[in-house]
Amino acid sequence: MAERAISVQVNGRARRAVVEPRRTLADFLRDDCGLTGTHLGCEHGVCGACTVLVDGEAVRSCLMLAVGANGHDVTTVEGLTPPDGSLSPVQQAFRECHGLQCGFCTPGFVVSVTALLDEGAELTDEEMRDAISGNLCRCTGYQGIFAAVRRAEELRSVQSNGGTR
Amino acid sequence: MTSIHAPTAGRFVGQSIARTEDLRLVTGKGRYVDDVQLKGMLHAAFLRSDVARGRIAKIDTTAAAALPGVHHVLIGADLNPHAGLMIPSLFVDGSFGVVGPIRPLAGDDVRFVGDPIALVIADDRYVAEDACDLIEVDIEPLEPVVDWEHAAASSELVHPEQGTNVNMHMATEPSADLDAALASAASVVRETYYQHRYSTVPMETRGVVASWDAHSQHLEVWQSSQNPHEVRLAMSRTTGVPENRVRVHSGDVGGGFGQKSFCGKEELAVALAAKVLGLTVKWIEDRREDLIAGYHARQARADCMYAFDADHRIVAAGMAHLEDTGAYPLGGGASGPMACMHYPGPYKTPLLEWSSTVVWTNTCGRAAYRAPWQMESVAREQMIEHCARVLGVDPIDLRRINVLHREELPHTNPAGVLIENVSPLETLEAAADQIGYSAFRDEQAGLRADGVYRGIGTCLYIEPSPTALAAYANEPVHIRVQPDGHVDVFLGSGAHGQGLETTTAQLTAEFLGVDFGDVSVHQGDTESTPFGPGTGGSRSGPMIGATVLQAASGLKDKILRIAAHQLEAAVEDLTMEGGVVSVIGTPARTVALSDIATAAYHHSYLLPPGEEAGLEVVNRYMAPETIWSNACHMALVEVDTVTGRVDVLRYVVAEDCGKMINPMIVEGQISGGVVQGLGGVLYEENAYDESGNPLATTFLDYLLPSSTEVPDIEIVHLETPASTLGGFKGCGEGGAIGAPPAIFNAVCDALAPLGVHLTRQPLSPNAVVGALVAAGH
Repeated sequence: MAERAISVQVNGRARRAVVEPRRTLADFLRDDCGLTGTHLGCEHGVCGACTVLVDGEAVRSCLMLAVGANGHDVTTVEGLTPPDGSLSPVQQAFRECHGLQCGFCTPGFVVSVTALLDEGAELTDEEMRDAISGNLCRCTGYQGIFAAVRRAEELRSVQSNGGTR
Repeated sequence: MTSIHAPTAGRFVGQSIARTEDLRLVTGKGRYVDDVQLKGMLHAAFLRSDVARGRIAKIDTTAAAALPGVHHVLIGADLNPHAGLMIPSLFVDGSFGVVGPIRPLAGDDVRFVGDPIALVIADDRYVAEDACDLIEVDIEPLEPVVDWEHAAASSELVHPEQGTNVNMHMATEPSADLDAALASAASVVRETYYQHRYSTVPMETRGVVASWDAHSQHLEVWQSSQNPHEVRLAMSRTTGVPENRVRVHSGDVGGGFGQKSFCGKEELAVALAAKVLGLTVKWIEDRREDLIAGYHARQARADCMYAFDADHRIVAAGMAHLEDTGAYPLGGGASGPMACMHYPGPYKTPLLEWSSTVVWTNTCGRAAYRAPWQMESVAREQMIEHCARVLGVDPIDLRRINVLHREELPHTNPAGVLIENVSPLETLEAAADQIGYSAFRDEQAGLRADGVYRGIGTCLYIEPSPTALAAYANEPVHIRVQPDGHVDVFLGSGAHGQGLETTTAQLTAEFLGVDFGDVSVHQGDTESTPFGPGTGGSRSGPMIGATVLQAASGLKDKILRIAAHQLEAAVEDLTMEGGVVSVIGTPARTVALSDIATAAYHHSYLLPPGEEAGLEVVNRYMAPETIWSNACHMALVEVDTVTGRVDVLRYVVAEDCGKMINPMIVEGQISGGVVQGLGGVLYEENAYDESGNPLATTFLDYLLPSSTEVPDIEIVHLETPASTLGGFKGCGEGGAIGAPPAIFNAVCDALAPLGVHLTRQPLSPNAVVGALVAAGH
């Protein structure tokens, strides 16, 4: 299969690679970039564990090809993590509210909830549950995740002056 | 989630401390098996059978082997002759049932859709999967055994070597007492309940990396496992490499729920290939493989009987249990005897008859899923509510009449099971209060008049942690106070999401008298951790709690003896908190744990005469026969009689898991278990067609509950300590026990006035509409 050269902005850094056209964005991020925070739970676009941001939009990296990300800006859970050892408001909220157990689905939730809160809409409980229904969790029964989304809204509003995600 | 509790709490134990492991998990820095990258690592993929039963007439791997990037294409004839015993430790001696003939790859025949036929090892997974497509296999299909209810009588055999499709059969002896009780009973109610096939489905599928070094004769394995020491034993038996030359690492594990309690045959096959070929190989199961070959659970039939006297007291109970373990059950596949012996549950039941039959079929093997024996509660609690309707009494009144009271404990049930330290009546009343049971009953009739069909269903159960079983009967811990006063704790466990790093640090901090942040907890590496039986069976809380308490107490005694010597004080006058020993009443007289530890390792002359150097202990706690927790679940549902949709409007759990180590984690375990049970009873099914083809092969067919299907879960805590050290009890499995029958019963309650009678799960919209149609609506 003819390989193609791509250049992708990953977490603010230009990454160049030569990949097969069939290589998924998820495999490119995990294996070629070493960003193993993006997890693969189903590889057919249902579970949402592999969610990343492409130009700010939540995307399932198991369904997108690496060549499709050529010239685009990709953010993974590592890119949402402050470098100083602290946690982002969404990460902090998931920890405070026990929004995770095994942690495998968690990076996908952190990315999806970050994208959701970036939209800035005020959500009813039903809208909030609907908005995160594209990410599956097998451990928590979602109880801690619901609380975490609300807590993340609070933490972000406190920090909104500083522009922290 | 609402929680109501007033538990007893210590400085660390009993506190909802945020989890240590979260810091790496929320930032994407967890280390799961697929994150392991090693030099020269190759990638494996399995070619699996798409025929349920058949003879392999021809297999040609030429084209696959010739594909650039392919290193090896192995079939049964290549790999199987190298394999030793592939049976989990618990089942090696046969006393827990027969584990069928297990081989790494199919031999001359295939026995279920998903049976591994060939193993390809290639530069990457894309190439390995391409090569699988190039293998030519001709399979002559044979009539498969799929109808598990008739498997025992079938002339077609899943395993011809066994000469029967019956894996195991056990039954109580005929009893004249029971015959007499039935003859004189005021009423005898019989019904048959079915539980369908659904499965663990952790978000992280199975996976292994295995590396053989021929020079050091060392096999190193990274595996997603609940039980790294069992993986080491299994790898050793399969490959012939002595245990002390096998090192297993389990890093972060993305859920297991029983699937990862033992070592699956694919992981063993990959490690065996690595050993035979001298390679480093990774295999990560994909979701289709997980759904068709990653082990199934639950499928069973229970023919139930309850006999009552004129006052609605139970005089006898019976259950004939039949379960389908598929072709190659993973250890723990057969749950029948335990389901039968626990069938009386929390009710006074003078007489019990039971039988358990376990059959093989040409389907995916069964594994131990979160409370593998929970058919005891599913069958009993559905039966109790059915009996209540037959007898014309309210289902919780029927429970009140028959439930064990605290003053009647300890109680030995008719199967010889000793029950103690439980509070079933108290949880029943607490749940009824929380959900407003009486008020709902008043409201329900009015709603029905308006065409709104709501119902409440209950599951009252007691939950055993089967602690006295083989290697599960003891729990190790190794605690080492380092010379600088920081504490390392090594567990023989393999947490898969329960937060054992956090709770163990809480226990150690509490019982040793150090700060939570000064304790580091380690697990998953067989080279540094003590041999242990892993997580499972709701055992880690009570067993680790007890062993840490025992170990820390002994270590603290030693610390205080050394401190007493240094402070020239009496041991009884000393206390330690935050890593500082002080004299009670004279707080200025102190010595830091770091100074004591430094003396213990570096300056033996500072120790009291006769005191051994060092400050570490390896402890092994011996368990009692069973540690019981208990709970009452109540679900309030509304059923749409047009579409068959079931909405769970409220869900209440009143539970008693003794002293809680971390209430936040307890509630997380309960909620997660409830939602797995909710998914099981309403949405999830590993269905097969008549030819043995699996019908759920993606998450579009196997429907997990999402955030839009779950209710708020209201939790009420009661606290009856266990008699074990610390008084901790297990709670990991309970949610998945209680939810299926509670929701099932709620749907039955909602539809009872329409004459609808349900006996089978799952309660899909089709099933509910079908039952309404059958009732003439």
